[in-house]
Amino acid sequence: MDAVAVAHQEHWGRLVATLIRVTGDWTLAEDCAQDALATALERWPRDGVPENPGGWLMTVARNRALDVLRRAAVEDRKLREMAMIETPAPRDDRLRLIFTCCHPALALEARVALTLRTVAGVSTSDIARAFLVTEATMTRRLTRAKSKIAAARIPYRVPEGDALDERLPGVLAVLYLLFNRGYDGEPRLADEAIRLARLLGTLMPTESEVTSLLALFLLQHSRRHARRDTAGDLVPLDRQDRDCWDRAAIAEAVQILQRTPVEGPYALQARIAACHATAVTPGDTDWRSIALWYDELARVQPTPVIALNRAVAHGYAFGAGRGLELLEHTRDIRDAYPMVIAVEADLTARAGDLERAKDLFREAAATTGDGPERRALLARAAEL
Amino acid sequence: MKYMMFVCTDTEPETDESRVPDIDVWVAENDAAGRRLDGNVLAPPTAATTVRVRGGEVLLTDGPFTETKEVIVGYDILECADLDEAIAVAAAHPMAHGGRVELRPYADL
Repeated sequence: MDAVAVAHQEHWGRLVATLIRVTGDWTLAEDCAQDALATALERWPRDGVPENPGGWLMTVARNRALDVLRRAAVEDRKLREMAMIETPAPRDDRLRLIFTCCHPALALEARVALTLRTVAGVSTSDIARAFLVTEATMTRRLTRAKSKIAAARIPYRVPEGDALDERLPGVLAVLYLLFNRGYDGEPRLADEAIRLARLLGTLMPTESEVTSLLALFLLQHSRRHARRDTAGDLVPLDRQDRDCWDRAAIAEAVQILQRTPVEGPYALQARIAACHATAVTPGDTDWRSIALWYDELARVQPTPVIALNRAVAHGYAFGAGRGLELLEHTRDIRDAYPMVIAVEADLTARAGDLERAKDLFREAAATTGDGPERRALLARAAEL
Repeated sequence: MKYMMFVCTDTEPETDESRVPDIDVWVAENDAAGRRLDGNVLAPPTAATTVRVRGGEVLLTDGPFTETKEVIVGYDILECADLDEAIAVAAAHPMAHGGRVELRPYADL
């Protein structure tokens, strides 16, 4: 990557965050940050990269903002404030920016787009491509969000005390959604989610759920080269080539978890993911630990999907009979998730009732669309 | 920053009445803090008259401008520092629990 691209990645968020704080104008802030980077693109190859690229960019962006504001005859106070910024933003500005972009009074899709554009500096056209909409649609979405921030006076502030506890999960949910979009097919978004989680971890080092989320991302991401076969179909965990897992990412995540207390759902999910990621072979998986983490997780987040995964874990850890017992808690979602029947079939087979298992595999196959999953289910039925 | 707070009914209110705050306390507190500038309960939509003027002619319709199950039953005008403060005030209103409340900022013209 060339120096300007690196500077873009490193300093965009700071530039925009500070310019918004001082001018209160989101569009102006973005335009000036963009101008500063364009100037760098022109000058740095000719004059050399400045010693302090962040400071250089902030000076150029600030002067540009001053020009625009002078022409618009803004009151003196703002101009004086502007002239005072010499260095990149203090950390707080980026944290303010993140919390404002993720404000719950904005629609979820707008929060995601705004975070990518203003905090991470991803271009509108790239965001549009990742979310499968036209650039014009994405521009409208971003403009609408920025207008609402101004018109409804959404504060540019990090909430404190109880309000912070209320709002932080919403911020993490935006990153989680971003990561999942990346995981499902747009790798750039997963990378951005990890970068943002890292940034948030630096800005809020004492929030354990933030660092846990980063660890969770790293663990999921470590399997990115093993998750699909050459045909592009998903490969289940127990059949993935573990040599393709990203060992450095796993090691970093494990290290993070060692110094992070278990205080919320992301901490629990990360520990479950770590149990899988650190097993040398599928047979080495520590299912007992996984089952216990799922017990905790099911208490904090009593959702049917977690109940299903808990039943699977208990089935491996304590026998198929125990798994079948816990599967009773997933009755409500049986119709919506063919996976439930497949799990029941697997547990039933391992409990020894082969005839019933065969019927259940066929039933699961009948409710699954044509594809590798369905073929696998029918193959299991034929094996019995 | 001024916000108009539309107080509306909702088809799915909070069922646990012990959690719903008291309206008199809400009014007293926000009046004392200078956050509530005005407000009132409105007569039901059956008392509403919708007025349009088209081609110089005054056209009247009996009833509200939209027919929905949720109806506006009152309003308050708030003076708040920002949306977060207005949200806190709105969330403490009994109708945020028994109905719904819309916060609409005054346009900055």
